[in-house]
Amino acid sequence: MNLSKLVIEDAVRGSFRVHRSAMTSPEIHELERERIFDRCWLYVGHESEIPHPGDYRRRTVAERPLFLIRGRDGAVRIFLNTCPHRGAMVCRQDQGNADTMSCFYHGWTFSSHGDLIGVPEQSAYPEQFSRADHGLLPPPHVDSYRGMYFVNFGGDVPTLLDYLGKAREIMDLTFDSAEVLGGWEVIRGSAKYDIRANWKLMAENSVDGYHLPTVHQTYIGYMAERHKLAGAPRINNNTMYKASRGFTLNNGHGGIFVGIPGRPIASPSPFWTEEAVAEAAQIRERLIARYGLERGGEMADNSRLMVIFPNLAFQDTHTGFRFRQWWPKGPGLMEINQWELVPRNENEEIRAYRQEGSLAFLGPGGLATPDDVEALESCQTGFNAREFEWSDVSRGMHRDPPRSDDEIQMRGFWRQWHALMQEQSGAKRIGDPAHPDAGAEMAARK
Amino acid sequence: MTGPGALTEASKGAAKNAPVNGVPATPENLMLRLAVEHFLFEEAALLDAWRLDEWLALFTEDGLYVVPTTDLPDGDPKRDLVFIDDNLVRLRGRVTRLASRYAHREYPASRTRRMITNVRLIRVAAKEIDIEASFAVFRARSQVIAPFVGLYRYTLVRDGNQGFRIRYRRAELANERMSDHGAVSIIL
Repeated sequence: MNLSKLVIEDAVRGSFRVHRSAMTSPEIHELERERIFDRCWLYVGHESEIPHPGDYRRRTVAERPLFLIRGRDGAVRIFLNTCPHRGAMVCRQDQGNADTMSCFYHGWTFSSHGDLIGVPEQSAYPEQFSRADHGLLPPPHVDSYRGMYFVNFGGDVPTLLDYLGKAREIMDLTFDSAEVLGGWEVIRGSAKYDIRANWKLMAENSVDGYHLPTVHQTYIGYMAERHKLAGAPRINNNTMYKASRGFTLNNGHGGIFVGIPGRPIASPSPFWTEEAVAEAAQIRERLIARYGLERGGEMADNSRLMVIFPNLAFQDTHTGFRFRQWWPKGPGLMEINQWELVPRNENEEIRAYRQEGSLAFLGPGGLATPDDVEALESCQTGFNAREFEWSDVSRGMHRDPPRSDDEIQMRGFWRQWHALMQEQSGAKRIGDPAHPDAGAEMAARK
Repeated sequence: MTGPGALTEASKGAAKNAPVNGVPATPENLMLRLAVEHFLFEEAALLDAWRLDEWLALFTEDGLYVVPTTDLPDGDPKRDLVFIDDNLVRLRGRVTRLASRYAHREYPASRTRRMITNVRLIRVAAKEIDIEASFAVFRARSQVIAPFVGLYRYTLVRDGNQGFRIRYRRAELANERMSDHGAVSIIL
């Protein structure tokens, strides 16, 4: 296996190819566990999921069982979910509230701060046994940005702030936009589904503007019907694509900006009621008053879909705002978990449009996501035709500026993936030769 | 087992207070149950045959079709994330989509077989009947056959001649995640 030949870029000829063994090889999957998932910052959960002291959520992150818990002191902590005694999982429910956690195996008990506070018949242990040495263990690195908690299992790692880098500017657009509505919170219920395909196909798919008219034809047809019933013109794909942008940032993060009406913050759809349209206009005014015409307008008008490398989609769109995370379960299988966020003080009608917009498109029961599942599985099956070795990811390499239906955002992902797999600290080039730093343009839009 | 959807101590306790007997086994109720079962079996036959337009016609104009997420079977679409929350406009859109050759997850269409059992009358009123039933919907496609398993909750409206219309139809999944099918791409 020649790692240096997995991604081949030829700037002069404008070709960008990914060797399909990257999606099928068990050896590459094994290497990814160590070189990608043991070294990158990985999303765990959002603070709004555990609002009260004692609230906890269980998660599996890079195969490690973890749980987040809000301590009696109000601080959020993350622990490896294994008893320091002999290994059983201390937290045995996906969510709940507890003052203390007691291991069901032998009864060792821990405070919400992770301290060992009870050992049945402790007198049987040697004198030197100290409870202080046997508390719950957090992952090696834990940090948060705007309520999003991340962990890193690596040794010498960049800070979360440096790791996110310019991605923070895009996250800020979304987080700031809901400040006038009480901030974002994760709602109850999450979409959990599996796809028989390599996890990197979801990194591509989550920021792929090119596949909309083909894969999601039936969704587009449904929305066109809704627009027609409302007497509104059809969304013009050409205009939409022309105004859109693809971008890639440091550390493999990247995504697209695209303006499709129907954003609950705050670009109304033609089939909303007058009251809802007026409410959206009012939110837009408040955003512009607070953040200025350019930044406030950007928050309101443009959807942003970004992959935070390696496996988190941050999607703030006309179909709502969500985190989607995916984990490899082998080269040809991934597990997906998806959470929806809403502004705390959103008006009821806009909330209903938000939920409707989200469900019409997304999730296992939406009119669109099932067809993404089909597309990714179809690719994975196609890869079995091993004589065909390469996938082409060159779309829009020479286009200026890059658009959402180009593949610049995927090239940024692949460059970073390729660098990490070769144990380099990061990709030498972030953007395309035509756009060596495609993030700069995005930052200038602010 | 402590996976998603596992009963917590609290919900185990709550189940104790739920009506387990449904309505009394009077001759009228037993006949009514037969009529309800007949309706459910006919409905399942339409779905298994992909006769979706006829199936759609079973709904009242204010009909709803809801599928909660696997980790929140009691999810309320007004405030929680659910998989499906269709009124008739959206349900019509879903049926139109599934009839199209561009519903890629169902083109070619999967084969399904629905097992509906343990049909129980929960509330019998003059015009409406609430019922519950267990289901196992087997879906076969792309070399995989696996069931969606769960509980149906219906509100049926009496439609004369022993017939019914569907005002509310909810499928609460026992599956912990959509692992085998990757989606709810059929009507459950």
